[in-house]
Amino acid sequence: MMNALALRWAFRTMAAAMLSANAGALAMPPAPTNVVATDRPGDGGGAVMLQWTAPAPSEVKEARIERSATAAELKASAPNSAAWISVASAPTLAGEGLGFEITDLPPSAANKSSTDQLVFRVAFLGTDGEMSAFTDSNTVVGVANIFLAKKLGLAVSLVLVCGSVILWILLARAGRSVKIRRIAALDAVDEAIGRATEMGRPVLFVPGIQDMTDIQTVAGVTILGRVAKTAAEYDATLEVPTCRSIVMSACRDTVQAAHFGAGRPETYREANINYITDEQFGYVAYVAGRMVREKPAACFYMGAFYAESLVLAENGNAVGAIQIAGTAEPSQLPFFVAACDYTLIGEEFLAASAYLSGERDQLGSIKGQDLGKLIAVMVILVGCVLATVAAFAPEGASARASAAFQNFLGG
Amino acid sequence: MTTTSQTNMNKQSPGRLRAFLAGIGNVDRRWIFLSMALAVGVPILLKLRFPEVPGPMAKATFDAVESIPEGSRVLLSFDYDPASAGELQPMANALVYHCASRHHRIVFMALWPLGKQMADKTIKDVLLEFHHEYKYGVDYVQLGYKAGNEGVIKLMTTNIPGQYPTDADGAALSKMPIVADAADLRAFKFIGSFSAGFPGAKEWVQYAKGNTPDAFKVVGGSTGVQVSQLLPYYPKQMEGLLVAIKGAAEYEMLVTSKYPTSHYADRLEEGRRRMGPQLVAHLLMIGLIVLGNVAMIAGRGMKGGAR
Amino acid sequence: MLRRTIPMLILAASGILLVVAYFSPFTTSWSETVLGWFNVLAAVAFVLGAGNLLAVNLELVSARRAGWAYALITLLSFAAMFVFGLFKIGVVPNPDHPNVYFAGDYESSQSAFGWVYEYIFSPLTSTMFALLAFYVASAAFRAFRAKNIEAILLLSTAFIVLIAQTAGGMFLTGWIPEDSMFAFLRFDWMKVGITEYIQTAGMRAITIGIALGIAATSLRLILGLDKSYLSKN
Repeated sequence: MMNALALRWAFRTMAAAMLSANAGALAMPPAPTNVVATDRPGDGGGAVMLQWTAPAPSEVKEARIERSATAAELKASAPNSAAWISVASAPTLAGEGLGFEITDLPPSAANKSSTDQLVFRVAFLGTDGEMSAFTDSNTVVGVANIFLAKKLGLAVSLVLVCGSVILWILLARAGRSVKIRRIAALDAVDEAIGRATEMGRPVLFVPGIQDMTDIQTVAGVTILGRVAKTAAEYDATLEVPTCRSIVMSACRDTVQAAHFGAGRPETYREANINYITDEQFGYVAYVAGRMVREKPAACFYMGAFYAESLVLAENGNAVGAIQIAGTAEPSQLPFFVAACDYTLIGEEFLAASAYLSGERDQLGSIKGQDLGKLIAVMVILVGCVLATVAAFAPEGASARASAAFQNFLGG
Repeated sequence: MTTTSQTNMNKQSPGRLRAFLAGIGNVDRRWIFLSMALAVGVPILLKLRFPEVPGPMAKATFDAVESIPEGSRVLLSFDYDPASAGELQPMANALVYHCASRHHRIVFMALWPLGKQMADKTIKDVLLEFHHEYKYGVDYVQLGYKAGNEGVIKLMTTNIPGQYPTDADGAALSKMPIVADAADLRAFKFIGSFSAGFPGAKEWVQYAKGNTPDAFKVVGGSTGVQVSQLLPYYPKQMEGLLVAIKGAAEYEMLVTSKYPTSHYADRLEEGRRRMGPQLVAHLLMIGLIVLGNVAMIAGRGMKGGAR
Repeated sequence: MLRRTIPMLILAASGILLVVAYFSPFTTSWSETVLGWFNVLAAVAFVLGAGNLLAVNLELVSARRAGWAYALITLLSFAAMFVFGLFKIGVVPNPDHPNVYFAGDYESSQSAFGWVYEYIFSPLTSTMFALLAFYVASAAFRAFRAKNIEAILLLSTAFIVLIAQTAGGMFLTGWIPEDSMFAFLRFDWMKVGITEYIQTAGMRAITIGIALGIAATSLRLILGLDKSYLSKN
């Protein structure tokens, strides 16, 4: 009995000595344990989260991750090629917590919104370059979810902004007083058209150089409706050269409607609303030439403008026209401010149509927009405070809160 | 008599000077146009040059091209037309020369209809002029213009072969080694957009970089007017930014000092050449603004005197 | 009904649908599809635009009204480019299909279309753009007047940026060491400070306002509150 025990002890000691000698030479890291693969929630498919138990950082350098090849990949590749495909290397600790994200997995041939059944395997790379054995994960399928979680912040913002606009529309309908500050540029519309009528010179309206897909063009065309109505009432000639065919068509409809609205359908002249060219500077050359020859008494620039803004505004200034501009192109605002009598800056321009209509519903929507602005200011303040505190304590809870907040807002 | 007239003259002189200065405020704008023509034309004729010191944005752009491994695949989008070529062509020339000097494989494309011609010109005047070894389909390719604005970028983030089955001349891209294996934008290490407006560098940041932030570096080349819209993205979402002629001149200096050209290259000195007229034109603008203010003050004085 | 109610319903339905579609991976690409439809519509509408262009200019020429010579030039240019592009005059055959004349690129520099582009169109557009230098000078002369404190601040900023954007900035203040406490007085530093902090902050504020304005305008259109873009029945 004693002999048997002694023999077993001797064998164990020898084996331990051999193992430790081996370890000293190769330092093979331990194989990963608890490798679990799960579908990434709230994504568009093709992503999987991988978790494993992380070893001590001194033992391993990184984790090597491979996945099983899909049937289509095996069919396409050469015979006897590897059934495993390397997908990523990860810092070893990344397997903890939420897990390591594997993205851009190939979609299944049968269903583009999910992957085939996949198995992942993970091995550790030791500090001296030795690889551990691989450990397989469970089988997993990366499925697309109905809602993209990364857009949650945007969805919440959308609901808040639209909600505040709708809330104020309802409040305005219910009789709540809606006070909007006076916008000098819009109050000057009547004066400008009146002056043109007195001088017997035309009114020029330029609805920008973009198509109807640009919201600024839509805003410009809605303002055109008001300008055209006043021009019809004053019996002033309104000219609208356009840069896009569809804009021409929309402008004709709008001006015609304005003439009907003013009770003077007979004064509508379709020939005054023309398509010139899609080419930016060709269009500008035409409009500038027209200004110099016809000398309009009032010029309106309402829409999306680029480098042509100053050429138009300076020519208008040279012929002595009253000029009112409006655009949401931030880079062109300084030029309009310098060369025009009045400029609608960004949101003023977009609110102009509602302001001019004078309808309670539409004025309420401007008030709602202001509420949205208040929400934006609060979000900025919270973000600034969080980011500032996080800068002083990069490892603390505030840093995590700051990162989570940024992540929620889509950044 | 003499004494009286002198006294009158002394009394009138400040009045006349003031009236003259006030009159400047209403000077015919054609005089301003003429002075601007001279301010730009004379330095061009005299070939005025001034030393440029590279700024942080030009250095960042240079470092972005240097930091990717030699022979990387890069995408250059020419998002401008002849109207803004004066500002953007010099930086396009320098960037293409820089990429070729690093032996990067270059894919040319355009989101503006006339951008393709701008890219063709750069290929002819710079790429093939200084790097005869570049072979079409292997070292560079011209994808040409594709309609769809930012939609083109969005589709390229997931499917390049679907979006571009052929090059600009209709030859199959699947047979060209440079792009045969490029499935989506992650196949590139670097994206450069020379941008005069929409669509341009801003859209490349929003839709390409925003989708895969770590896959590639993005560098923008912008006109002076548009830069305010790109500044918020630099340096986090846009690793480099070249602003107008000044940016091009600084970048040219960096590129040509590290990679001297094999022969004289005015195309790689365009930026620096154009900085001479720019300096004089800017000085003229400052002078005009000062004059305008002197005229305003003189005009106020006259009104005050009348009162 | 046809000209007001139905367009409003189409707008409301497609607007709400596309906003909701943006948040699901299954429907994100719908907006691109719709954009494709719009491009088709715009291409068809171009015929309308071209027709209008021809009608207006033909009328001017036939009536010999003021400016009829310009109209004639427009018509001739239109016809020439139409023929050059459609019939691919002077194109070099595609190397992959040397026998198929129409496979050549109509925009290549050897073609008539390419020649007009390179030697007429390109210089003309560059000229129009270059006019900005003159207009900027005259606008600056007229507008930059030190009328109040805000205008003086604007003027000072303009001086700094104008000087810093040239070698003049380095010439005047380049001697101040970058690591000294007076480095902020260097024109290049001041320009970076102005553009990266002051201008960017202001621009962001304007951009946020514009984004909210776009949301509110879109909502007014989708809800049918703003109908001014529609014609009368």
